[in-house]
Amino acid sequence: MKRALPALLLVALLWLVLEPLLLVAVEAFSFDGGWSLRAVREFLVEPNEWRAAWNSLWLAVASVVLAGTLGTALALLTRLVAFPGRKVVAALLALPAVLPPLVGVVAFLFLYGESGIIARSVMAITGSTTPPWRFEGAPAVLLIHTTTMYVYPYLLVRGALASFDPALLEAASSLGASRARALRTVVLPLLRPAIGNGALLVALSSLASFSAPYVFGGGFRVLPTQLVSTRLNGDIQVAMVETLVLVALALIALASASRLGGPGVRGAGKGLSPAPRRSGASMGAMVAGWLATFWLLLPHLALLLVSFVPVGAWTTSALPESYTLGNYLALVAEPARWRPFGTSLWMATLAAMAAALVALLVAVVGRDPGRRLSRWLEAALALPWAVPGTVYAIALATMFSVNQPAAGRFILIGTLWLLPLAYLVRSLPITGRAMMAAIRGLDPTLDEAAATLGASRWRVFRTITLPLLGPALAGATALAFVTGLGDFMTSVILYTYDTRPVSLEILGAIRQGEIGVAAAYDVVLAMISTAAFVLAERRSGATG
Amino acid sequence: MSTVRLQSVSKRFAETPVVHDVSLDVGEGELVALLGPSGSGKTTLLRLIAGFERPDGGRVFIGGEDVTDVDALRRRCGMVFQHYALFPHMSVAENVAYGLANEKLDRNATAARVAEALALVDLAGLENRAVTALSGGQQQRVALARALAPRPSVLLLDEPLSNLDPSLRERTRRELRELIDRIGITTVLVTHEQEEAFALADRVALLMKGVLAQVGPPEDLYLRPASSSVATFVGRATRVAGRKVDVSGDQVTVAVLGQEFSVPGANLAAETAGAEVDVLFRPEALTIDDAGAITGTVLRRRFTGAADLLTIAIGEVEVEVAATPERVSPGDQVRLTATGSGIHAYPRARSA
Repeated sequence: MKRALPALLLVALLWLVLEPLLLVAVEAFSFDGGWSLRAVREFLVEPNEWRAAWNSLWLAVASVVLAGTLGTALALLTRLVAFPGRKVVAALLALPAVLPPLVGVVAFLFLYGESGIIARSVMAITGSTTPPWRFEGAPAVLLIHTTTMYVYPYLLVRGALASFDPALLEAASSLGASRARALRTVVLPLLRPAIGNGALLVALSSLASFSAPYVFGGGFRVLPTQLVSTRLNGDIQVAMVETLVLVALALIALASASRLGGPGVRGAGKGLSPAPRRSGASMGAMVAGWLATFWLLLPHLALLLVSFVPVGAWTTSALPESYTLGNYLALVAEPARWRPFGTSLWMATLAAMAAALVALLVAVVGRDPGRRLSRWLEAALALPWAVPGTVYAIALATMFSVNQPAAGRFILIGTLWLLPLAYLVRSLPITGRAMMAAIRGLDPTLDEAAATLGASRWRVFRTITLPLLGPALAGATALAFVTGLGDFMTSVILYTYDTRPVSLEILGAIRQGEIGVAAAYDVVLAMISTAAFVLAERRSGATG
Repeated sequence: MSTVRLQSVSKRFAETPVVHDVSLDVGEGELVALLGPSGSGKTTLLRLIAGFERPDGGRVFIGGEDVTDVDALRRRCGMVFQHYALFPHMSVAENVAYGLANEKLDRNATAARVAEALALVDLAGLENRAVTALSGGQQQRVALARALAPRPSVLLLDEPLSNLDPSLRERTRRELRELIDRIGITTVLVTHEQEEAFALADRVALLMKGVLAQVGPPEDLYLRPASSSVATFVGRATRVAGRKVDVSGDQVTVAVLGQEFSVPGANLAAETAGAEVDVLFRPEALTIDDAGAITGTVLRRRFTGAADLLTIAIGEVEVEVAATPERVSPGDQVRLTATGSGIHAYPRARSA
């Protein structure tokens, strides 16, 4: 029994995360029931494929540089410099983390698009009748990546700074180091692990990014969009090769990130967050902080604005002239419109519950970081993280299109269960890591204290471990829920008409020109996500 | 109530021996302190008794019963952890009641036992407080109440006072000893502070590098240290190179500082006359006396309250000497004489 649970858990994880990927690899090299390099050859001789792979690569690097710099700079600004409204700015900058991803992308359309607010303002001022720019191609995608992905390095670096010993800064300045030198020689080196992790998240998100290049890419093809169109053209094998190339790029990112992150230096600090410095620079800091916040939240504000604009009522003016609740009413008027909310909600809830349960089990079994089993579990958890969402969707589609119970394969495609399962796998890396970190942060002497008081393992788990993990569990569940709720990348590949989630409804509305309705969908989705986090916070407040 | 017996217990972590062949008997109702510098294995020894570690060799007995293969949760030792390990999500009462669950008491009986345990540590009435809202001293007492509530046969204390303010520590130490005397429980305490071990324990077990260096009542360790490392760890002592001269009865004469001193001889029984020996001087071994035969120069003077601690250069060596205040100051020439106690001699340590 003591060994059965860990073994079972490992098998389940490998079945969920590893087998689909292996099947993709097998598919890439098979043809007409035999082995073949045909698909690989076709990939290699086609310049478009090379271009897509190259585009994916440099887009990832550029996104890391831009979003990494922005996020790190904002984290340093809001942690180390005192200026009026610092805490508000810090909270607002973290806000995009809880918003569903598609919301961000569509919002850019209303803001920077040819008929977006800014383009129209320019037209109104210059009196021109043609849009000043086309918001399209690589620059558009890069802008979107920078302004949406900064949040990963921002949150990670802020987190690292929270346990940064302020005495180190004081020590540096008492030794005559200028603030710039202290930053360069003390702060940044200690932040390397956080910056490395942030860069990795940006790189993986950029490689996996589908909606931004899909909506704004134009002729700018990257691997995720390329493989979806190859798939639609019916060449499954070539799509699988593209998938493997994408996985290879993700693994390169993983390897370089662990280099960039370096061996984490454990500070001997006391774990107090540094007191922000008050100085003459606070005026500049305030302006920079508020401007950046305004700029980064602008797409979301634009979205909110557009959601109140009647269909077809906003054609030439810079800002809409009339407002209505009609778009929101349209959502509830027709069952076909509101039903996807129900679908998304139950699928995300189911996936979140299951993810939380699996994450909890993995954390309990893998608590001791020194054991080999723990390292295996961690690796299994990290795998879906290293693999872009589109890839996972395709892998799961491959895996669950055949009925081979002995291989753990069932026909789930076209059923209600495939999407929740996909959401579960997608959110495992974050929920699993969060729970693992939480359980390892628990004081082991609490368990020993309970044992000396005669409590069995099960009682210790039920009365000590579980209640103390409550806040982390609630947070991880909320995170998994929001990931599933806003998911577009996996849904677009795996959905059926009956399991149509909100994100596809949004896409449909945009295609039909119902921009206001799409925005209203997004706003409601964002509100549900925020509510989930508030609820989780409440819950953790009650137990912690 | 019960006894604790360690029989040739050894424990190694990743090939590093932490505890080596330790045998120790703790009698009924006795309080034994495991004393030693950090890394000496004293906490590991306590964890071996509690059942958190399994020995690689030797047996552990509690109440005469071999518990070497028994889980911590069935050994039922009451334990107070260094950082208390109070369950932060539970109230004081819930913490104290935690160990009573196995007794299947009804609600009133549980409440009565909790109240009884809290009364023992003078915390009656704090049942519904959150443990996180308590002061350090109160937390320490809740931890003690929680350990005692299931009426364990043995009480284990891991540095129980190290997280308290010095002013509070003195009082808590006295209260702890009174409480243990009142309930008469067999107790093993871990501490790295000699003062604490001496003030609390009936017997002190001094551990050095995983080996039991000496076991005995506090005054034994101080007055009859078994080795020069025991002498320097327990109390202050200055080590000076000397030579064994002669034996008379159970006393030995050693030559050091240009003089001859008579010291307890058991430690030097195996040494031949003329052998190099280490002589340790406690601060009270010498005293300032104008008729003394030893002359020296006062180098430093450190005020310690009851007495000054003088560092005096005698020839090539520096010796620490306790003296009543205001008599001398640095630079003064003084004469010293032996007080007749506080000098110990040992075979020459290889590193010295």
